[in-house]
Amino acid sequence: MYKLILSWRYLRTRYIALASIISVTLGVATMIVVNSVMAGFSHEKHQRLHGILSDLVVESMGLDGIYDHEILQAEIHKILGDELKGLTTVVHIPAMLSYKVRGEYVPHQISLIGIDAKTHAEVSDFSRFLLHPENRQKLSFALHENGYDTHDVESGREVARRPQLKDAGWVYRRHRAVHERHQKQSQQTRQSESKNPTSFDNAAQHEGSADTTASIPENPYLAASTTEERFFDPLKEQHAGVILGISIASVRHRSTQGQVEDYFLCLPGDDVNISFPTAGTPPDFGTGQFTVVDFYESKMNEYDSTFAFVPLHQLQKLRGMIDPATGSAAVTSIQIKLHEGANLQAACERLRERFPAREFPYRIRTWQEMQGPLLSAVRMETVILNILLFMIIAVAGFGILATFFMIVVEKTRDIGILKSLGAPGRGVMSIFLSYGLSLGAVGSGVGMILGLLFVHFINQIATGLEWLSGREMFDPTVYYFQEIPTIINPWTVSWIVIGAVVIAMMASVMPALRAAKLHPVEALRYE
Amino acid sequence: MKEGFEAEQHERLLHLQLSPQNPQPSTKMQTSNAVTHHTANQPHHQSKQNGPHFRIAPKPAQAVGSAPPIIMSTSGLKKSYRKAQVTIPVLRGVDFSIPAGQITAIAGQSGSGKTTLLHLLATLDSPDQGEIHLHGKRIDNLPTQARDRLRNETLGMIFQFYHLLPELTTLENVLTPVMIGQSVLKYWKNRHVNLERAKTLLDLVGLSHRLEHKPRELSGGEMQRAAIARSLICSPQLLLADEPTGNLDRQTGREILDTLRTLNEQENLTIVMVTHDLEIARQADRLVQLVEGRVEEARTTTGG
Repeated sequence: MYKLILSWRYLRTRYIALASIISVTLGVATMIVVNSVMAGFSHEKHQRLHGILSDLVVESMGLDGIYDHEILQAEIHKILGDELKGLTTVVHIPAMLSYKVRGEYVPHQISLIGIDAKTHAEVSDFSRFLLHPENRQKLSFALHENGYDTHDVESGREVARRPQLKDAGWVYRRHRAVHERHQKQSQQTRQSESKNPTSFDNAAQHEGSADTTASIPENPYLAASTTEERFFDPLKEQHAGVILGISIASVRHRSTQGQVEDYFLCLPGDDVNISFPTAGTPPDFGTGQFTVVDFYESKMNEYDSTFAFVPLHQLQKLRGMIDPATGSAAVTSIQIKLHEGANLQAACERLRERFPAREFPYRIRTWQEMQGPLLSAVRMETVILNILLFMIIAVAGFGILATFFMIVVEKTRDIGILKSLGAPGRGVMSIFLSYGLSLGAVGSGVGMILGLLFVHFINQIATGLEWLSGREMFDPTVYYFQEIPTIINPWTVSWIVIGAVVIAMMASVMPALRAAKLHPVEALRYE
Repeated sequence: MKEGFEAEQHERLLHLQLSPQNPQPSTKMQTSNAVTHHTANQPHHQSKQNGPHFRIAPKPAQAVGSAPPIIMSTSGLKKSYRKAQVTIPVLRGVDFSIPAGQITAIAGQSGSGKTTLLHLLATLDSPDQGEIHLHGKRIDNLPTQARDRLRNETLGMIFQFYHLLPELTTLENVLTPVMIGQSVLKYWKNRHVNLERAKTLLDLVGLSHRLEHKPRELSGGEMQRAAIARSLICSPQLLLADEPTGNLDRQTGREILDTLRTLNEQENLTIVMVTHDLEIARQADRLVQLVEGRVEEARTTTGG
């Protein structure tokens, strides 16, 4: 009983202990905040990655792809059984995309993905990341009249404005086609005038020859496309649709009013050229024209700046992946989605066992393996941060150790008194151990409350800091998120709190032992 | 000046030794005067502010032929301290006994080893040689736990500097030995009994109005009386007092001695008191005089 009373009184009356409590509090609060934010970021990243990627991917190692994929699919169905939720076939190849901006071609190195509009939504949250509401409901590669999202809204807050998307779609395409036609006509007029520069009056005489000039292709090397152009009316028609990663087509900037805006170099309704390796050995160079029908915005820069999705069949046709004899088309990979709770790794192992690398030219990976370096980097960051932050608590532990030694010295006579009254060494020891426990418990308890409050109000705090510093904490032109994502994991919080209490206890063991070993007579004589 | 003081002390000592049957008549007069105002039947209600004014008077003489039993005895006690490479002998073979129900004073000059002897009797320290017996049972070689229990249950101690725990109130200080001796559960079960006893003891020493005061809020005399109450809470068989009046003024010191004498008389409590003050020492029933770590003389001062 005396142990409890004394440790409680020491806690109340020794203000030096407050320093130890504060350091434990700060350490615990910081660890909780950092872990919650890291977990939030990590979860956000995982969710986005998982939303983009399917659970499992069976890839062909070659560019020609897998021809007998129906058999492969049947086998996968058999192996995975009930765990399988859905699968889709995909052609995934490296490619180069280019579009015209003010008369110049802007090239982009991209990952061209031919997807099956019907089945692709079964394996990933692909549709969720599109800008047109109808496409989000049901994916289509047809250009919409208009109605694309003109604001980038994240968690109910506007991140960026996209005024250019107001009329994007057919409205923009028709407008552009008319404009281009006028431009072409005036260019032709100028060209005919320049052929006879002696007199303006002669211009009228040469007007008839303009048609002849128009028939000469701009680029004689693109003979095929010019031939097609003769039958293609951009006012009414579109090429095969392409959904571009938003960063391929836009630049985020701040307007003169300070608002964050996305400036689009090409819009839904614009045509783009895509060059890619064809199937066949050795691979050749193929090209195709596509019409941008939507943008893909996963907020993962890696994907938004490289992914371009086109209809699977179109890509198979362009790459020469359709066997003219049988009509069967090859694919480069099969993406698989499993039911919630299924063991990904085990399923992957089963597939690997059935299709060993030495016999089949397939690479079978889970989505985590595909994003291995990124995810392991996040994991490593979390571990290192935790180690560093735990050092703070360890420092607090040393603070407790020093404080306790001081208190033991200060309380030497009290220890002598207790021993003279018959208190055993372990009783004296437990006063200081329970004092350490109380310090740890109070410090970590307050730290936990502070940390949780900080996490709960982290966005308000960030806003306050923005107001104080006059700078945005997370500049939307740099970061894709508007709110700091946080996840409070009760287990992590428990471990942090328990760890801090244990450290405080451990720090008090040595001084407590010293107190227990004090000779009563020497302690009583201590001045 | 110091020499003059020592000479006076020595003269008093000589006087005490020479006339044991008639110690300090003037003091006795004063104390017997006190009896007329503060008898044992008329306890401390009047004295709550100033402490109890129990009479300090010699105990009635033991009936001839019925010598009091010996509660504690020592034989050949030796103790030395080591400082760096030098060994300083403090006790050089102490033999004496403590009769039950009496006040025994251990007197001696500074450095004569009286406090060391008291610490050995209290089992706070172990002798280098020799034995200590309590009720005929050897206690100096007991294991630590048994000594702790002995200090808690059988022996009571008071000190020159009171040694109250500054964080606790007077009441809690008095209850500390009970808390040490009982588990949390047992203490909680007996809390009303314990509290009542502590309050009764504090009332006995005239501190019932200071229950919730911290030691720093008490005067020296009050602190010593609180320490006495604390030493009595576990009903000890032997009270060991180390210079109980050494830090107090003469009047307050006298009050403390009154209290001790009353306890001795009413509770039949055996008290061993270490003091360098011969005036105080000779008021005890028995005087053990230490000189340079040896018992110079042990004798009964009154009635024996």
